[in-house]
Amino acid sequence: MRLKISHTTSYHYDAPVPYALQQLRLRPKSRAEQTVLSWDLSVENGHQQLSFEDEHANTVDLISFEPGVSNITVHCEGEVEVTDTNGVVGKHSGYVPLWLFKRATPLTRAGSQLRALAASLERTENDLSDLHALSALVLERLPYSTQQESAELSAEQALNVGHGVCQDHAHVFIAAARHLDFPARYVSGYLMMNDRVDQDASHAWAEVHVDGLGWVGFDISNAMSPDARYVRVATALDYHGAAPVSGMRFGAASEALNVKLQVEQRQE
Amino acid sequence: MTETRQMFDEMYGFSDTAREPYANYADWIALEEFANLKRKSAQAEKLFRLTGITFNVYGVEEETERLIPFDLVPRIIAAKEWQTLSRGIEQRVRAINAFLHDIYHRQEILKAGRVPVEMIAQNEAFLPQMIGVSPPGNIYTHIVGTDLVRTGENEFFVLEDNARTPSGVSYMLENRETMLHMFPELFNRNKVRSVSQYPRSLRRSLAACRPTCSSDHPVVAVLTPGIFNSAYYEHAFLADQMGVELVEGHDLRVVDGRVAMRTTRGYQAIDVLYRRVDDEFLDPLNFNPDSMLGVPGLMDVYRAGGITIANAPGTGIADDKAIYSYMPEIVEFYTGEKPILKNVPTHRCSEPDALAYVLDNLAELVVKEVHGSGGYGMLVGPTASKKEIAAFREKLKARPDNYIAQPTLSLSTVPILTKAGLAPRHVDLRPFALASPNGVEIIPGGLTRVALKKGSLVVNSSQGGGTKDTWVLED
Repeated sequence: MRLKISHTTSYHYDAPVPYALQQLRLRPKSRAEQTVLSWDLSVENGHQQLSFEDEHANTVDLISFEPGVSNITVHCEGEVEVTDTNGVVGKHSGYVPLWLFKRATPLTRAGSQLRALAASLERTENDLSDLHALSALVLERLPYSTQQESAELSAEQALNVGHGVCQDHAHVFIAAARHLDFPARYVSGYLMMNDRVDQDASHAWAEVHVDGLGWVGFDISNAMSPDARYVRVATALDYHGAAPVSGMRFGAASEALNVKLQVEQRQE
Repeated sequence: MTETRQMFDEMYGFSDTAREPYANYADWIALEEFANLKRKSAQAEKLFRLTGITFNVYGVEEETERLIPFDLVPRIIAAKEWQTLSRGIEQRVRAINAFLHDIYHRQEILKAGRVPVEMIAQNEAFLPQMIGVSPPGNIYTHIVGTDLVRTGENEFFVLEDNARTPSGVSYMLENRETMLHMFPELFNRNKVRSVSQYPRSLRRSLAACRPTCSSDHPVVAVLTPGIFNSAYYEHAFLADQMGVELVEGHDLRVVDGRVAMRTTRGYQAIDVLYRRVDDEFLDPLNFNPDSMLGVPGLMDVYRAGGITIANAPGTGIADDKAIYSYMPEIVEFYTGEKPILKNVPTHRCSEPDALAYVLDNLAELVVKEVHGSGGYGMLVGPTASKKEIAAFREKLKARPDNYIAQPTLSLSTVPILTKAGLAPRHVDLRPFALASPNGVEIIPGGLTRVALKKGSLVVNSSQGGGTKDTWVLED
C-alpha cells in the first residue's frame, strides 16, 4: 500500500524565544516492510543544524530557532510504500544489545499496579498469543480516551488515571512485557485510519522481541498488529527517545502546539 | 629509628638505611637543620596561598575553601621502578579504551563470558547514547589517573582507574614548582625528570583527537562547572597553562552544526572540549534536563562528528569499582598479555558468598561504594569503631551490590615533617596518562597523596590528606 503523508507541527509562544533547540525524529527509514519513496522535511523560522543516526538507527535532525521568533513550524511530506507482514518486523540488528530493551525507564518503571496487571496475565506455552492477550488486557484496563490528563504520564501514572491514549497504552504494555522479561520498545509513526484523511496526531505502538520471530509489533490501542497502513518512523526504549519533537528553550514563554496530519492512500 | 619497620617505607624500605633512589636525598636531609626545614615548610604554605591553589571540601560548611597541606619530603621513584609502572599503566589505558569501544559496539567480552552481562546491563554508568559512537582514534578516555599503592619493594597494586575526569594534576605541577623554588640545590644533586611539559603534552594530545571537520590547528577549550566546583582552580590553571579558553556551559551555543563559544569577533567553533563536567550535567537536552552547567545539543554535535569530548561520555563504565575487579580479564582479553600491574583482590558484595565473607570480616576489610569517590562512604575496618562497623553492616546488607571490599593493604610510607621531626605516613600515587591516536604518554611523576594522620590509610584530600612532590629519577 502506498501512503501519502503530510505532517505539520507548529509551536506558538506568547513571547519571543531567545534560544531554543529541537531534536526531530521525523524521518522514516526504508526497511523490509516499508520503502520510503520520497520524504521532505522543512522548517520555518528555524535552522537545521545537523543530523545524525542515534543508537536505535533513528535519523535525528537538530534544529535551532531563529533568535527571537515566537512561532516555528516543522513540515514533513512524503510517500511510503508499505507491505503487510502481520506485524513481524524481523531480526534484531544494530549494536543495541537486546538486554537494554528489558531496562525499565522512568516512563516504564513497574509500580504495584503494573505488577498486578502483569501478574494477571495467564501464561501459556505460546509467547505470541500471550502478548496479544497482554495487549487486550492493557486496553481493557485502560480504555482509549483522548481526554488527556497531562502530556507525559508514566505507565504507573496512566494506570492510576484509568484511561489513556496510544502513548500510555504503549508504555503500560512495554512496562508489563519487560516485567515479564521480554525485550520491548516504543515505536512512533503514522497510521492511516480507514475512514478519514485528517488524523488527530501521530501514532504510537510497541514492539516485543519474541524468540524465533524477532521483533513483533503490537498496536494496543487498536487491538491488532501493524499492517500496511502503518509507517514506522522512530523506535526507542520509551516515548522520550522516540518522540517526533523534543526540545529545550531559554526564556519563560509558554507554548501552544498545533498538529496537522494527513495520511491517505495513493493509487500506484 | 631503631624499631623494626612493619611497613615498607619508600625512603628506608624495611631497614634503617636509605634505599638507593633516596640515598642522595637522605644524605642531604641529614645535614639540614630542623628549624630551617620548618621555616621552608611555612614558606611553601605561603607560596600556595599566593598562587591561590585551594580545594573545596564538600560537607564542611564553614570551610568551603582550604589549602591541601603540602609536605616537603618528596616521594622518589627509581628509573627502573618507573619503567615497570609506566609500561603497566600504558597497557591498562590501551585495554580500557579497547574495552570502552567494545562495550559500546559488539560487546565481544560479554559474549565471550569474560565479564558477566549484568555488570554492564545493571550499571548506571553505561550510557545508551554512546552505543555505536566511535570517537577519533577510538579514544574514549583521553586523560587517565591511575591510583597505585605499594606494599613492598616489588609490590605495586592498582587501586583504581580514574577514567572519567581525574583531577589533581595541578598539584603535581605546583608541587614541583614549589620544590624547585625552595630547594634548587636538590635538583642539582638529583636528576629528576621534568613534569612541567604536562600542559603542552595535554594540549598536543587533545589536538591529536580532533574531529575530521577540524582544521590542522584545532580549537581546544576547557569546560568547567564554574567557580563553585571543588576543582575550579585546576580547570582555570590548565586552561591558562595550555593557552586555551576556559568556558562554562552558558558561554556555548550550537552554531552551524558545531559547538561554538562567544568571542569578541562572534562565535568560534570548538574542536576539542576538555570537559570537567560530569556526564549527567553535560547536556540538558540529552541528559538531566535540569542541569544549568551543560550545553544543550552538545551530545548531538558530538554524535554528528562535530566535536571531540574528552573524556568521552560513558567512560565511567570502565572505572567503577565493580568493573575494576575484572580488570585482569579485561587487560588479557584486549591486549593478549598478562597484566603488568596487579589488582587488589576484590570481593564483589553482589555475590552471596563474597557478601557472607565480607560481613564476617568487616573489621579487617576496606569496603567501598561501587560508584563512590573522594574517600566518601567507605569503611576502613581496622580503624573503624564497633559502632561504625555495625552501622556499615546494615548499609551493606540493604544494598550489597552497591559495595566491594578489599583486604586492608599496608600502604607504603614516606616521611613527613611533623612538629616532632620526620615521621612516616602512608601514601598512594596517581600518575597521569594521556591517550591519543598517536599513543599513550605518561608524565614521569604524578600526584603523591599522603595521609597526615598517624596510622591513617585514607589519603584523599577531602578526608584531610596532603600531597608531596613526586620525583622520577633519570637513569
